[in-house]
Amino acid sequence: MASLFNALPGAAAQGLIWGIMAIGVYLTYRILDIADLTVDGSFCTGGAVCVMLMLGGQNVWVAMLGAILAGMVTGLATGFFHTFMGIPAILAGILTQLGLYSVNLKIMGKANQAINVDKFDLLVSLRYIKNVSFFKNTIFIVTVMILVLILILYWFFGTELGCSLRATGSNDKMARAQGINTDFARVLGLMLSNGLVALAGALLGQYQGFADVNMGRGAIVIGLAAVIIGEAIFGKIFHNFGFRLLGVALGSIIYYLVLQLVIWLGIDRDLLKLLSALVVAFFLGIPTWKARYMKSGLGSILGKGKGR
Amino acid sequence: MLEAKNIVKTFNMGTVNEKRALKGVSLTLQDGDFVTVIGGNGAGKSTFLNAIAGVWPVDDGQILIDGKNITKLPEHKRAAFLGRVFQDPMTGTAASMGIEENLALAFRRGARRTLKTGITNSERTLYKDTLSRLGLGLQSRMTSKVGLLSGGQRQALTLLMATLKQPKLLLLDEHTAALDPKTARKVLELTQEIVNNQHLTALMVTHNMKDAIQIGNRLVMMHEGQIIYDVAGEEKKSLRVEDLLHKFEEASGEEFANDRMMLAK
Repeated sequence: MASLFNALPGAAAQGLIWGIMAIGVYLTYRILDIADLTVDGSFCTGGAVCVMLMLGGQNVWVAMLGAILAGMVTGLATGFFHTFMGIPAILAGILTQLGLYSVNLKIMGKANQAINVDKFDLLVSLRYIKNVSFFKNTIFIVTVMILVLILILYWFFGTELGCSLRATGSNDKMARAQGINTDFARVLGLMLSNGLVALAGALLGQYQGFADVNMGRGAIVIGLAAVIIGEAIFGKIFHNFGFRLLGVALGSIIYYLVLQLVIWLGIDRDLLKLLSALVVAFFLGIPTWKARYMKSGLGSILGKGKGR
Repeated sequence: MLEAKNIVKTFNMGTVNEKRALKGVSLTLQDGDFVTVIGGNGAGKSTFLNAIAGVWPVDDGQILIDGKNITKLPEHKRAAFLGRVFQDPMTGTAASMGIEENLALAFRRGARRTLKTGITNSERTLYKDTLSRLGLGLQSRMTSKVGLLSGGQRQALTLLMATLKQPKLLLLDEHTAALDPKTARKVLELTQEIVNNQHLTALMVTHNMKDAIQIGNRLVMMHEGQIIYDVAGEEKKSLRVEDLLHKFEEASGEEFANDRMMLAK
């Protein structure tokens, strides 16, 4: 039991970092109605760029800004494939993700690059969880970052430009009829999303003390899990857009706490990704099941519905 | 006002599904014209409206609005000149956004979307006034999601959105076809009211011949991608549904065997 409680603060910190990533996934998945698989690559791009810039002597803030910009470029690439070349969004994301594997290797020069917390002035680290001053605590710092990001996004999606992104995701035919350049909106949304995802990658790279070419594998699933958990638990209470984003971040924390619990219960770690995939698949299936078996399904069983 | 010159559009060119949807359609509208468009299924009515709106590029021909050639403009840029209402009430509004947010989107049609606030308080007052004139009680539900509204309410809202910023041309694509008769009547009355009050130029596709005769000052009939009949003024007013059926048979050499239109007379 003690080992579980010892592990919880670290799990919460990781959950917060992945929460930023999940907010990025929320922007594409929920607002633009695109399942963007770029994130599996751009997450690592963020970590790689941040670590390499710091190893090159840059300040941590500059390094994280560089990571965000690099992430936005990956979103631009996917947006280009999707809009200019007419490739379906999901495939466009897969193409970018695959290409980024090489790019990430080239950025780092090898499969992983370590950054030592004792030699570099990192913003977050697994060493800054316990026995560290409150304001230097990773949990505190990432919490503040998430709140600031939510405030910025809340403002942005209330602007004319932000509303045009929401309209594009809600009904792109209507958006075009109202003079909105839906291609531009999609590209901008993908850039914003992947910028956030890369920032999360930059934070995780610092936190674990290295960037690794496989660090983003399955990121989209974790992001979706966080979005789904957040909506399932807080969807009924949080209606305001800002609170919904907060719900997603909380969903990510819950995901990591549960993960920690499952590990503590002694599950084979090799099975974790399979488990995550199944859980996410289950939750993604719920709307379909509801539609099929709750209304028309029940109706047709009772002989009253239209049936299929 | 609108000049469509020899518009040609073929879908799925070079395949077995090739469909010559528009075979050189020309139509010139004067300022303030309210033209009804009728024709059987596949006549090219909606295709013609989509060609004007720029949903896809046309194969040949030119489209001018107020003398400005818009043939090469993308759909979202043409929107500055056009108000559009679609057949499906779901198409014209963003379901996951509020009523006032939808109106605010429409209010900015043709303007650059900046980082200024998406909806101001003075706009809200304006929208409230405009909505209360509809008489549907929507003015008290300004922040409700549009997805909660009925088809008729959504269509009325779409009509408001299409005309909130004075369009040079209003395109109505069978916008009452998906509504129940009573609601359809109401939306149609609202359409006439708005077009008259704002002196709009409008192109309305309908399958209801009676409406086509009674509404507007000009009527065109399409058949197999061409305009086969064009009538205006007194001659149009004195038309009867039987005359239209006769005209159709005369011009097309076919019997008018379209159930929907027959039933709608």
